[in-house]
Amino acid sequence: MRHFIKEIKSSEKSGYLMSMPYVVYFCIFVAFPLAFSFFLIFHKWNIVTPMEWVGLRNFNRLFHDIQFIKSIRNTLVFLAIHIPLQISIALFFAMQLNKKIIFRGFFRALFFLPVIVSGVVITILWEQLYSYETGLLNLIITRFGFARIPWINSPEWAMPSIAIMATWKNVGLYIILFLVGLQGIPRYLYEAAEIDGAKPVQRFFYITIPALNNTMLLVIILSTIGGFSLFIEPFVMTGGGPMNSTLSAMLYIYNQAFYFGHMGYAATLGFFFAFIILVVILIQKKVVERE
Amino acid sequence: MDKKSSIWVYITLAFGGLAFAYPFLWMLSATFKPEMEIAEIGLMSGNFNLDNYRAVFNKIPIGRALLNSIFVSSCVTFSAVLFGSIVGYALARLRFFGRDLIMGVILFTMVIPFQITLIPMYILMVKFGWVDTYMSLIVPGMISTFGILLFRQFFLDIPQDLIDAARIDGCSDLAILFRIFFPLSKPVMITVGILSFMGSWNDVLWPLIVVRVRELMTMPQMVTLFKVGGQAESQIGSQLAAAALLAVPIVIVYTFFQRYFIESMATTGLKN
Repeated sequence: MRHFIKEIKSSEKSGYLMSMPYVVYFCIFVAFPLAFSFFLIFHKWNIVTPMEWVGLRNFNRLFHDIQFIKSIRNTLVFLAIHIPLQISIALFFAMQLNKKIIFRGFFRALFFLPVIVSGVVITILWEQLYSYETGLLNLIITRFGFARIPWINSPEWAMPSIAIMATWKNVGLYIILFLVGLQGIPRYLYEAAEIDGAKPVQRFFYITIPALNNTMLLVIILSTIGGFSLFIEPFVMTGGGPMNSTLSAMLYIYNQAFYFGHMGYAATLGFFFAFIILVVILIQKKVVERE
Repeated sequence: MDKKSSIWVYITLAFGGLAFAYPFLWMLSATFKPEMEIAEIGLMSGNFNLDNYRAVFNKIPIGRALLNSIFVSSCVTFSAVLFGSIVGYALARLRFFGRDLIMGVILFTMVIPFQITLIPMYILMVKFGWVDTYMSLIVPGMISTFGILLFRQFFLDIPQDLIDAARIDGCSDLAILFRIFFPLSKPVMITVGILSFMGSWNDVLWPLIVVRVRELMTMPQMVTLFKVGGQAESQIGSQLAAAALLAVPIVIVYTFFQRYFIESMATTGLKN
């Protein structure tokens, strides 16, 4: 105890004063909500009437909730399409941009444009591109003699369509991240490999890919977090339908809390999704780092 | 690079560029077209008019929403830069007992998914009586944890001599921060500023939760509700016009400062 007091006495006092804003913020907007969330998951509550202790019943309900399982499945479908698409497209364009070309800044800025525009704009726009009868994509497809695709009208296509749209929106950011990664690879590695007679394909798989390991991990983690946070796209475009096929984790929490007023259950969902996110990310980290 | 392969590079880049640019151009052109002509691949029409925009302005107070968004995002950005630099300074340049603990807490909070605190945060807003006020839109965003880390990182590299000299002159730490560090910190201020502004400007989920009265709605929220709430009466033209109005301000800012935007957003890569 005396040790602490001595430490505090020899500290620069302005340090406490200047870190105060964060400490206050942390207590009110991080620590309290976290603690309260832990309290809430054992209760049934709609804010208006008094709280009711339900023990583990929220969790019991969770494991028997078909919609909850569906929302996890939907998120996994989203990630299974979104992540590979994101990585391959971003890496492809990053490698083009990494060559000696003019207009690099122009293309970079162009690819980045959807990243800065609100998801609401992108979703309203893509709903029209995806429209079955009159959408731009189906107009182009039918012009080439193919059959129309029910982009957001069929349960099979709806989530993949949202994943494609999300890729289009975010890929600019990942092009930049890959570009940064590519520029960090020393030139002499390629030159040495070329002297040893390595073909471009070999150079790509034995130098480029391993060197970008960290960027890959980053892209995968950011995409995973994005997948579990997916909200505005299904909210605006499909409302979670057709047949709950685009009901995302976040949309389900939102509906439970603000449509049905089940605060305790919604908090349980949030708690559990957060847990899943951390587990999934840890697994991805292990897998990618080992390769 | 030989000529043939460089032509291929330009063709693929141009194709990619088209895939990103054309939908936006198509949207912009569609907002000026009559409803009947929207379902066309081309951009041109002989019947361009402003009906769709007129419909938007007649149905929703979109101008008010724009002002709300500007006000909220400006407050959040200003405060994130101010407090981010103050706390960042303390963590980078002052030695005090508990500093490492605060640093550890900050790193820990960065890995907490927001899904877990969303519902308790809403309840907090209800208990504070902040629902349907600007407070709920601004106060929870006033401190950016990532901003603190960026400022701290930047401040670590500023020479100690500058601080020592200023101390001899009798400057307080706040004076050192504002008079000596601030003029040197433009890059990090721009980065934190852009990230905070973008985060606040594009957020829809939180406003949807804490604001229900029209007068206080932010622009993305109002456009969302215009579309989802049925006020657009499934008129595609006016939906797209509302979306275009939402996109235009940020695109204008982006065209002037695109380099800063790209560099700032790329730092999110450091987050993990």
